[in-house]
Amino acid sequence: MQPLIETHGLRKQFRLGDNTVTALAGIDIEIARGAFVAVMGPSGSGKSTFMNMIGCLDAPSGGSYRLDGHDVAGLDDDARADLRNRMIGFVFQNFNLLPRTTALDNVALPLLYRRDGALPHAQRLALAAQRLAEVGLSQRADHQPAQLSGGQQQRVAIARALVNDPALLLADEPTGALDSRTSVEIMALFQALNARGITIVLVTHEADIAAYAKRRLLFRDGRLVQDETLAAPRDAAAELVAMPPPEAAA
Amino acid sequence: MNALASLVVALRALRVNLLRSSLTMLGIVIGVAAVITMVAVGEGAQQRVREQIRSLGSNLIIILSGAVTQGGARLGFGSQLTITEDDGYAIAREIDIVQASAPVTRGTVQTVFGNLNWGTTLYGVTPEYLEVRDWEMQAGRPLAQEDVDAAAKVVVLGQTVANNLFGDADPLDQTIRVRKVPFTVIGVLARKGQSMQGQDQDDTILVPISTARKRLLGGQQARQRAVVAISVKVRDGADLGEAEAQIRDLLRQRHRLGSNQDDDFWLRNLSEVLETQQAAQRVMALLLAAVASVSLVVGGIGIMNIMLVSVTERTREIGLRMAVGARRRDILAQFLIEAVTLAAIGGLIGVGLGVAAATAIAYFTDWPVRFAPEAIILAVGFAAAVGVFFGFYPARKASRLQPMEALRFE
Ligand SMILES: Nc1ncnc2c1ncn2[C@@H]1O[C@H](COP(=O)(O)OP(=O)(O)O)[C@@H](O)[C@H]1O
Ligand SMILES: [Mg+2]
Repeated sequence: MQPLIETHGLRKQFRLGDNTVTALAGIDIEIARGAFVAVMGPSGSGKSTFMNMIGCLDAPSGGSYRLDGHDVAGLDDDARADLRNRMIGFVFQNFNLLPRTTALDNVALPLLYRRDGALPHAQRLALAAQRLAEVGLSQRADHQPAQLSGGQQQRVAIARALVNDPALLLADEPTGALDSRTSVEIMALFQALNARGITIVLVTHEADIAAYAKRRLLFRDGRLVQDETLAAPRDAAAELVAMPPPEAAA
Repeated sequence: MNALASLVVALRALRVNLLRSSLTMLGIVIGVAAVITMVAVGEGAQQRVREQIRSLGSNLIIILSGAVTQGGARLGFGSQLTITEDDGYAIAREIDIVQASAPVTRGTVQTVFGNLNWGTTLYGVTPEYLEVRDWEMQAGRPLAQEDVDAAAKVVVLGQTVANNLFGDADPLDQTIRVRKVPFTVIGVLARKGQSMQGQDQDDTILVPISTARKRLLGGQQARQRAVVAISVKVRDGADLGEAEAQIRDLLRQRHRLGSNQDDDFWLRNLSEVLETQQAAQRVMALLLAAVASVSLVVGGIGIMNIMLVSVTERTREIGLRMAVGARRRDILAQFLIEAVTLAAIGGLIGVGLGVAAATAIAYFTDWPVRFAPEAIILAVGFAAAVGVFFGFYPARKASRLQPMEALRFE
C-alpha cells in the first residue's frame, strides 16, 4: 500500500545573517497509514523542523515529499494552507489556544478556514462540540483556556486538531508541559485515536513517552540515525486503570 | 473564508481587547467629531449668509440719501434726504438693465387693532417693492398700482405685526389703525427672518407710498417727495457694476452735481458685499474642515500603531491560524477588517459626538449650525478609508509571517 508520508533527501536550511543552519540534512523515510511514530533526539537535532516539513508549514529547501501520493514539496503557500486544513492536525507543547476564547470556539477555528464552502455557524459549533465530547470535555465547552488545567487545554487542542478529520496528527512535545499522570492520559487519547486509523507522528525527548508509539525514529544533527519498530508498545489506557485516582496521586 | 466570517473574527478580536480597542478608536472619534462639528458650524455660517442674500433679494442695489455739504459742514448720511420718489421712477425708466426700482419712505408708527397695539416700522412703497425684495405674500393680495394712484388706505402686514395684533385670527379685511388712521388689511407677507444687522424684517407694515406721504409721514418725506431709500433690482445676467455706474451717472445728472462735487447719495451693491462675505466664510469653513481632517489622520496613525503592536503580540495566534489552514489573504483580511472596523465604529461614535457638540454650540451660542448629510457620510467614509490606509501595512506584515517562525515566536 502507498505510504502516507514519503520523503527523499528532504532538506531544510535556515539563513541566519551570513551563515546557513542546516536543520535537516537529507531525510529519507516512509510512514505508513495508521502508523504511530515517535521522533526522538537531542535538542536542536531537527525534530521540530522535520515535523513542520511533513506538516507542510513551510517549503523544504531540497528533496522530495509526497503526502498521500501527491508531490507537495513545490506547492505554494495557499495550496499548503489548504492541505494543512484538510489533512493535518497539529498539537503543540504549549497548546497554542486562542486566549479569552471558549474551548468550543477554539475547537471550531479550523472550520473557519475550510475551502470546500464554509459551514453554517451552527453546524461548525455542533461539529466542534462533538470533537470536544470525543476528548471528554463536553462540560467545559464554554470555558476559556485560562480556566482549564494544562491537560484539559491539551485535550482542547487535540479536539481542534481533529475537527476536520485529518489523516495525519502531528504532535510536537505534547506532554512537555504536563505532569506524568496527565501525560499518560494524553497518550491514552493518542493511542485511541491511532486505533481509529489516524496516523500520528509525535516528537518527544522522553523515552517513556516514546514507548507508547509503535515506531521510533532517532534524529541527530539533522539526520535520521535510527529507525526501529517497537515490538510491544506500552498501553496507556491499561496503565491508567492501574494508577491511583488523580486525587490520591496528588 | 468569506467576508462575514472575517468580520466576526475581527469583531471578536476587538472585543477581547475592549479597553485598548476603545482607546485606539478615540483618535478617530475625536477626528470625526471635529470634522462634523466644524463643518456644521461652517455650513451654518454660510447658510445664514445665503439666507440673508435671499431675504435681501438678489441682484439688489440700494441707494440711500447721502451726505450734503451745507455751508462747509458735511452732514452725515441720511441727515438730509437727497433722493426722491421720482429718482426711483427715472432709474426704472431710463436704465435698460434695471428690472425694477422701488422708492421707499419710512416711519415708526403705532398700530392698533381692538385693544391690542404694536409699534412697528412703516414703509411707504410702490408695487415694485416686493419684486425687488423677492418677497412673497403669505395671504391676501399685494399692493397694486391703483392703491398707489388712489392713495388707498390699505395695508400689508409683516408676520410679526400680524401675530401681535391678531394672534391666530385672520387679519384679512380687518381694519387696523395706524397713527389713528384706519387701514384695511389686504395681505400678509411671508416670513423673511432676520436681516444682516439682526433686525426682525417681519416687524413691518407696507402701505402705498402716496398714502404714507399724505396721511402718515411728516417732514421732508411729506413735503418734497423725498424718500429714504431706493431699492433697485437689476436684470438677471446683467453686470451689477455696470448698473451701479449707470445709476450713479443718472442720479448725478438729475441732482445737477458738477464733476468736482461728491455724490449726495450712497449707493451699494449689497448682494456683492454678502457674496464676498460668503466666499470668505466658505474659505473659513474649508480651513476648519481641513484642520479637523488632520486629527483624523492622526487618529489613523494611532490605529496603525496599535495594529502593529497587536500583530507583534499576536504572532503566535497568526502562526496558529496559518497552521490550521488560514491563507495569507485570510490573515490580511482579518487584520484589515479589524482596522477598518475600529475606524468605522470610531467614525460612527464621532458622528454622534460631533452632532451633539454642534447642537450644544447652537444651543449655548447664537451661532447657527447646519448638518450636511453628505459631510457626515464623507467623514465616516474618510474614517473607514483611514482605517484601510493605515491598517494595510500592519495587516500585510501579519500576512507575510512564516507560520513556522510565527509559532516559534516567544
Ligand atoms: N526558523 C528558524 N530559523 C533559524 N534557525 C532555525 C529555525 N528553526 C530551527 N532552526 C535551527 O534548526 C535546528 C533544528 O531545530 P529544531 O528543529 O527546532 O530542533 P529540535 O526540535 O530537535 O530541538 C536548530 O539548530 C535550530 O536553531
Ligand atoms: Mg523542537
